[in-house]
Amino acid sequence: MKRLPPRVSASLGQLGSILVTLFGLLILTFVIGRMMPVDPVRAMVGEEATKEVYETVYRQLGLDRPMWEQFFIYLWDVLRLDFGTSIRTGQPVLQDILHVLPATIELATFAIIFGAGIGVPLGVLAAVNKDKLADHIIRVFSLMGHSMPIFWTGMIGLLMFYAGLGWVGGSGRMSQFYIGLVPERTNFLLIDSALAGEWEVFRSAINHIVLPASLLGYSSSAYITRMTRSFMLDQLNQEYITTARVKGLSRRRTVWGHAFGNIRVQLVTIVALAYGALLEGAVLIETVFAWPGFGQYLTSNLLIGDMNAVMTCVLIVGLIFVGLNLLSDLLYRVFDPRTR
Amino acid sequence: MNQSPILDVQNLTVHYGGAPAPSVQDVSFQLGRERLGIVGESGSGKSTVGRALMRLLPSARVTADRMQFEDVDLLGASERKMLAVRGARMSMILQDPKFSLNPIRRCGDQVAEAYRTHVRASKAEARAKAIAMLDAVQIREPERVYDLYPHEVSGGMGQRIMIAMMLLTSPDLVIADEPTSALDVTVRLQVLKILDDLVREQGIGLIMISHDLNLVRNFCDRVLIMYAGRVVEALNAADLDKAQHPYTRGLLAAQPRIGGSRQPLPVLARDPSWTQPQGAAL
Amino acid sequence: MDQSQSLSSQTGRTRPQWMQASLNIVTYLARKPTSAFGLVVLALLILVALTAPILAPHSPYAQDLQNTLQPPSMGHLFGTDELGRDIFSRLVYGARITLTIIFLVTIVVGPIGLFVGTVAGYFGGRVDMILMRITDIFLSFPSLILSLAFVAALGPSLNNAIIAISLTAWPPIARLARAETMTFRSADYIAAARLQGASPARIIWRSIVPMCLPSVLIRLTLNMATVILTAAGLGFLGLGAQPPMPEWGAMIATGRRYMIDSWWLVTFPGLAILCVSLAFNLLGDGLRDALDPKQMNRR
Repeated sequence: MKRLPPRVSASLGQLGSILVTLFGLLILTFVIGRMMPVDPVRAMVGEEATKEVYETVYRQLGLDRPMWEQFFIYLWDVLRLDFGTSIRTGQPVLQDILHVLPATIELATFAIIFGAGIGVPLGVLAAVNKDKLADHIIRVFSLMGHSMPIFWTGMIGLLMFYAGLGWVGGSGRMSQFYIGLVPERTNFLLIDSALAGEWEVFRSAINHIVLPASLLGYSSSAYITRMTRSFMLDQLNQEYITTARVKGLSRRRTVWGHAFGNIRVQLVTIVALAYGALLEGAVLIETVFAWPGFGQYLTSNLLIGDMNAVMTCVLIVGLIFVGLNLLSDLLYRVFDPRTR
Repeated sequence: MNQSPILDVQNLTVHYGGAPAPSVQDVSFQLGRERLGIVGESGSGKSTVGRALMRLLPSARVTADRMQFEDVDLLGASERKMLAVRGARMSMILQDPKFSLNPIRRCGDQVAEAYRTHVRASKAEARAKAIAMLDAVQIREPERVYDLYPHEVSGGMGQRIMIAMMLLTSPDLVIADEPTSALDVTVRLQVLKILDDLVREQGIGLIMISHDLNLVRNFCDRVLIMYAGRVVEALNAADLDKAQHPYTRGLLAAQPRIGGSRQPLPVLARDPSWTQPQGAAL
Repeated sequence: MDQSQSLSSQTGRTRPQWMQASLNIVTYLARKPTSAFGLVVLALLILVALTAPILAPHSPYAQDLQNTLQPPSMGHLFGTDELGRDIFSRLVYGARITLTIIFLVTIVVGPIGLFVGTVAGYFGGRVDMILMRITDIFLSFPSLILSLAFVAALGPSLNNAIIAISLTAWPPIARLARAETMTFRSADYIAAARLQGASPARIIWRSIVPMCLPSVLIRLTLNMATVILTAAGLGFLGLGAQPPMPEWGAMIATGRRYMIDSWWLVTFPGLAILCVSLAFNLLGDGLRDALDPKQMNRR
């Protein structure tokens, strides 16, 4: 009971700093939105609109008011979850984004499973063999993934595994043939097709997601590998490792049964952060694979200067980042017996 | 008393990679079912001897003319063989339970793991074994302590858990590496007593590594004095006052004594010649 | 008078030491095969950029519509693109663009980061809080997304891409400079300067900035791989360098259309980006090892 007050105040402090960060995010997106070279009124009313129509829309958008007032209007709209209408699709931006986000989440989730799946074991292996050949090979391998321009690797991957070997599906989330076959319920194609019992579509979707997800995962595994290695090295120097060895445990069982348990919590936080960084790669890889997700939505609106859509996309990415940071903090507290 | 020694070490030398000189040089001794103390200041190589015996120094070069533990040649034994020896027939109590227990596993599970590593047993059997052993090291409510995490027990309790873990398999040789120096002075004697009783009961050979001359004198049968990686003198604990070597005598003179003189304690004077070989082995 | 003399003699003594230190680092890096590779590639990049007119057999812009999409041959080492331009020549000139990006980002990001970091660290309190809060906000976006947004606001071009990248790359530098400043702030020589009546600006500029400079430079090297990849990504999306500029990312973007039949259009520019960013990563990795005190006293 006595430990509660400092905890509460710490949480309050954290809440406060999150609010300040969110406020800053809003200022930033607002400023970016106003700086856009595209005239939002012209984009809405078209080139041939009369001066009166132009003026009316100008006033409707509140562009005649002072900057700070415009900002508070923006703030109020955001609080009511009104992000405006996309010029390109004519739909509310939020609806658009909710429609495309599942495709990206599906991709990023597969990618992180792959990235953590190779990054964590490689990091452990590198730590156990510190300064030996395996360590150097793993280092170069993972730095390679970190150095690849992901859009280029995507193309080479398509050339080799799709055009060349025919092992995987090409662009898009599934074969053209199946589009429209599955009713959209969650927009997670794998879930939707499984729900509908369309296993052909499910297989096609798996075929299509494998390549972009594994490339994205490989590029994110560099960070995971490096962090795993350094966490593991810290643990392997601990005295309880000696205890385990003295008990007669093999190196393998010591590493996986004792040391690994102690880095699990840190790993979870690292993977959560890596997940956020995946969004960045997703923007590029979605363009290459014509993946109808968030990244493609963002870039296509960027090129035509759809202000509302771009601002909202940036805001949402910021929110996801803040959320993931918070989540990794939370996970840390939940999983570590010492903080329970 | 010791017709066939448990351990026979001849000219053990340990050289860490990258270090200019060996950390341990030409150390020889034999051990029967008795308690041997190894005393020295920090950096004298006494802990390294212990780890070399357990073959837990992967990055160091360990050489010896002979390193025989019962029927096992510790120099030539395969890692596989060592896995069967470590923890079953030979174990080691480490210094500080705060660091030597895995922080995220329950204390009892860690004790039981020592048993299950070497004996085929069900979880329940191992648990019963561990609880009985926790009881043997005089932990009250062993059932409750079994489920505690290391950060929830005191240092004295932690070290008793460590002793339970290491003696559970009834080894023939136990190396205790500064087993009480991380503990409060008030619980030191208690923990030592528990260790001593169990060692006597089970007839275990004990190597007690310590920097504390008084402790070793009271709890051991024989004492090796190490300085800069070498054994400078070996004595029966009872004969410590008759020590010949100037280093041992310096150490003895530097011990405070209740009712002794109130003069400042003499400062230990060192002589470079002590690091030269002089055949001080038994 | 005396003091300034002793000061100058002191700097006279420390400079060779400083140079000795950097020499030590370079020898350390050159001895390890991985970071040595990084050094070699970067040296090569600079050399190629400097000697581009000599090295390139053709002009990077010269079209030859008779010879479009030619596979690699002796005449065209890496083949030709859809307008018959020599890809090898374009890559060679592209090295200049990459180097320009690296150079400009460094000279923009370094000062901004140093300024924000040292000011926040030196004054502390509210100034620190406000500046660090701003830094955190910038850090809460993935850098590519934020650069995208800035380029969208500024309009697509190489210069704007560089500005956008710089705007997203300074926060880590500011963080680092702040942390360094905090450790120097209470040092005796800073107190001495303050007692002599030096203004904060002077103290920061003369005493703190030089101390932060080495670690900031190292951090910039570490981040350069990300900068290069972001620049290439912007070029690829059509938001960075515009055609017909021989920027590697933009070359991949145009080559994408002919990718299935003419693999050389995308393969070589991609390899060039990969090599340079890998070089920076390996170099940064080596630098981290070279300067990590924990690594120094390992057995």
